[in-house]
Amino acid sequence: MSRYVSFRDFDWWLLLFVLIICGLGVLEIRSATAHTKFAGAHIKQMYWIGAGMIMMFAISYLSYQALLDKIHWLYIASLASLMMVLVFGQKYLGARRWIKMPGGAHFQPSEWVKLILIIAVAKYFTDLSQRELTWPDFIKAGAIVGIPMLMVLVQPDLGTALTYLPIAIMGLFLGGLRLRQALIVILLGVMMLPLAWHHLKPYQRERLTSFSDPESDSQGSGYQVNQSLIAVGSGGLWGSAAGSQTHLAFLPIPQTDFIFAAFSEEHGFVGALALLLLYFIVLMRLTQNAQTAPDRAGVFIVMGVVAVLSFHIMVNVGMVVGFMPVTGIPLPLMSYGGSSVLFMFLALGIVMNVRMRRFVN
Amino acid sequence: MFGRDEKVSPMRLTAAQYIILAIFLVLTYGLWRLQVSRSDLYATLAEKNRVRDVPILAPRGKILDREGRVIVDNYSSFSALLMRDSTRNLNDDADIIADGLHMDAKDIKDRIRRFATMPQYQPIFLKDDITQDDLAFIEAHRNELPELDTIMAHRRLYPRKGFMAHVIGYVGEVSEEMLNSPRWELYNSGDVVGKSGIELEYNQMLMGKNGSRQVVVNSHGREMGLLGEKDAEAGKDLKLTIDIDLQIAAEEALGDKNGAIVAMDPRSGEILAMVSRPTFDPNDFAVKISRDQWSKLVNDDEHPLMNKAIQAQLAPGSTFKIIMATAGMQEGIAQTLHVNCPGGASFYGRYFKCWIAVQHHGHGAVDVTKAIYQSCDVFFYTLADRLGISRMAKYATEFGLGQKTGIDLPQEASGLMPSEEWKIRYYRQKWYAGENMSVGIGQGAVVATPMQMTRAISAITSGGLMVRPHLTFPNDLPHNLVPASTEPGRVSIPIDPKNWEVITDAMAEVPGPLGTANSAHLQGIDFAGKTGSAQTISNTLKAKLANGKQDYKDNAWFVGVTPRRNPELVVGVLFEGGEHGQFAARLAAQVVKAYVDKQRRQPVKVVQKPQKNVEMGAVWSTTSPDGHSDNFQAAHFTVDIPKRRLPLAVAAPGLTH
Repeated sequence: MSRYVSFRDFDWWLLLFVLIICGLGVLEIRSATAHTKFAGAHIKQMYWIGAGMIMMFAISYLSYQALLDKIHWLYIASLASLMMVLVFGQKYLGARRWIKMPGGAHFQPSEWVKLILIIAVAKYFTDLSQRELTWPDFIKAGAIVGIPMLMVLVQPDLGTALTYLPIAIMGLFLGGLRLRQALIVILLGVMMLPLAWHHLKPYQRERLTSFSDPESDSQGSGYQVNQSLIAVGSGGLWGSAAGSQTHLAFLPIPQTDFIFAAFSEEHGFVGALALLLLYFIVLMRLTQNAQTAPDRAGVFIVMGVVAVLSFHIMVNVGMVVGFMPVTGIPLPLMSYGGSSVLFMFLALGIVMNVRMRRFVN
Repeated sequence: MFGRDEKVSPMRLTAAQYIILAIFLVLTYGLWRLQVSRSDLYATLAEKNRVRDVPILAPRGKILDREGRVIVDNYSSFSALLMRDSTRNLNDDADIIADGLHMDAKDIKDRIRRFATMPQYQPIFLKDDITQDDLAFIEAHRNELPELDTIMAHRRLYPRKGFMAHVIGYVGEVSEEMLNSPRWELYNSGDVVGKSGIELEYNQMLMGKNGSRQVVVNSHGREMGLLGEKDAEAGKDLKLTIDIDLQIAAEEALGDKNGAIVAMDPRSGEILAMVSRPTFDPNDFAVKISRDQWSKLVNDDEHPLMNKAIQAQLAPGSTFKIIMATAGMQEGIAQTLHVNCPGGASFYGRYFKCWIAVQHHGHGAVDVTKAIYQSCDVFFYTLADRLGISRMAKYATEFGLGQKTGIDLPQEASGLMPSEEWKIRYYRQKWYAGENMSVGIGQGAVVATPMQMTRAISAITSGGLMVRPHLTFPNDLPHNLVPASTEPGRVSIPIDPKNWEVITDAMAEVPGPLGTANSAHLQGIDFAGKTGSAQTISNTLKAKLANGKQDYKDNAWFVGVTPRRNPELVVGVLFEGGEHGQFAARLAAQVVKAYVDKQRRQPVKVVQKPQKNVEMGAVWSTTSPDGHSDNFQAAHFTVDIPKRRLPLAVAAPGLTH
């Protein structure tokens, strides 16, 4: 049934905007790391983008229907990979997140699990036909996301675990969540908060408290928040040409989670707003793809990607402007890092996959 | 499978779009808030972030002698630092660094490990006070070992071998305790301040004001550029009344013996020399004193840190008899007092021995003159009996006993002159007449510092002129510098010229053929004085503890003047365990001779060119041609490491420039 797919239906506009954002990311990485030991990171980032594009084209050629049919196996495999991390994973900075692959590469399964979850949730809600969500459905959908989420939480990687949440929320929302259900769940969640706080690691608590009052510990964990605020703020309307906060290394490791702060300092409010606009265009283009998707599954898949992407942007930019605590969530497409880039292009590949099959049936 | 084609509610998709829009608007507001509405605040913060005030340490003022010769200088000292923000693997370089800086590689690696948990901007101090060689190594390897850096500090360069150490004192980092006291509250922790001696007393003047450099730094504190500079204001040089030539003479006279020598100009109170033994090396404090070294100095039974000239409170012994003679004559008793000394006398049922008794005879007929040059105890027992404690205390107090002299040095001791009131207040007992005898010969409860005795005898030989001893020229001091002591400068105590002549003539007999210090005779110099041999513990106690230990040997005292009346120089000597006053007198004689020789423009020593390279130090020692005794030499030179200026020439003792 999918013989008629053609790259004529490939979303070239979407790809263009994505690549513009990636390009800005590469330039910013180059500028921010120029005189540090990370110098040359932008070259590596370009390799990752290249690899990501190849994978995107490859995955877009597969049928997402086939993926949906085999999602059970993929889901089980993803749980297994998370289990492997917990058992054999490399411990680094107190957290077990990576599996060492032959050839010296490090693989972070929690990233690709995100992709599996998007498809798994799509599959679950596709099979669910009724307009309104029942409580058992709600709990089952919650479990699909909840189990891997818990496994990532114990790594511990709060940031990545949280990125699974929007997949579930988006699925539930589109799947017919009722207002009353939403309120009850939110209420339960609020009641669980003190318990969750109790289970947080000390450094995670520190990040949360330093977020609410960065001055209180300006050399400790509040340091990053403070320096990020200063970097963004000193950028002003048009940007500070010197980019001194970033270039003088006040902003710690600017090429990853704080790339938006480095960008905002260098290019000011105007530049940062333009960048946000690019992201907004990408997101709107994605939702448009969802609206034209051939079937229910396609909508859920594309909107899952939209949910993850928006959540990343919200948390990352929110952190940089001081609205959100430091959680270690990268800015998609811009932040330096292979796992993040590959995930984004794989996710785009699936979106393309859906789009290219919009005239099927 | 109808559900598969069931469309997702388009309303919910649109709602998702609006939610995304809302998120983006909130983020835009966040950016606006930081970058537009409050950008000034953050620009200022950013400026503060990257501009740092780096202090430029002000060098302390030099300390000069009365002729402007440098006693205490500064030298630029470099410390080697290891910056940890560099991209290099420090452990890999440790061996090369250890080799270049003559250190142990294991030690360097240990330090790197110990600093692993410290913030990165804190450099590791590898080595203080590095040598030219080390500095050259660091400069030559700027590219290969960028993590190596140096920092410059001015350090105090004190004379070697503890020369004048007690007068000069030493500096150190201001302590937490000090910062809490009002005097030091305006100082910052880390400031190097005077901790004793002149360094402490005139700290405010010597210290100078630190400047600052405004540098652009990165988050690791490494300098990236310079914005502005405010020069440091060097401390003011301080000229002392000390005459290095005389100081050298006094230092050499005392040698390794314990005790103190102080030489003063009786006309002005200017201190020309002051020595205390044992001594310490203030250079040990200039870099960093180790805990061991410090506790060794503090716990030493011989108290090397104590300036005995102003802090040793001991029985003055027979030197006190000059005050007694003055009191006796002024009261009209001593002129007519004639006693027979058979080697002792009984008062109030107790037998008091004269010191001569050990030679199994007495002084015979004694008048006040003979009593002074023969130091006859029986005469002064009798005089003390006649005068009574009140009159003895009155004169002794007038001549400054039992009170601080007001010298401009910290922690001067006040000594003690007993009186009836004193005994009632502290012992709740009345004064017994039998106690007068020991006070009359400078024993009993009387204790005085060498400075006090020197000042008292200086006043008596100067016809009653009491001066405040001091180490600086008041006119040189800045107006805002209030001396710690507010003792009146000069007081005149009336002494009948006839009495004055009798006493001073008798004192001139002391170093004469019949005097107690006949071995200290100086040919051709009008030299007068008074010996003293003071018991350190009572005779009975000595008998009890008589283990043959020399610890209880008598202290030898001598206070001498030249010339005998209206002297130009007074020299007080305390020679601990010296047994007899004449041994102290010989030391005083050396100082007096050096003074007179200098006045007569004869160099104390033949000018010698140092055989070796000049050793660092404003005053250092060279071995004399005969090969064993150390001679002190004074010099004025500068050391400037970066420019490699050669040490300047030498001004030898006795040679005025």
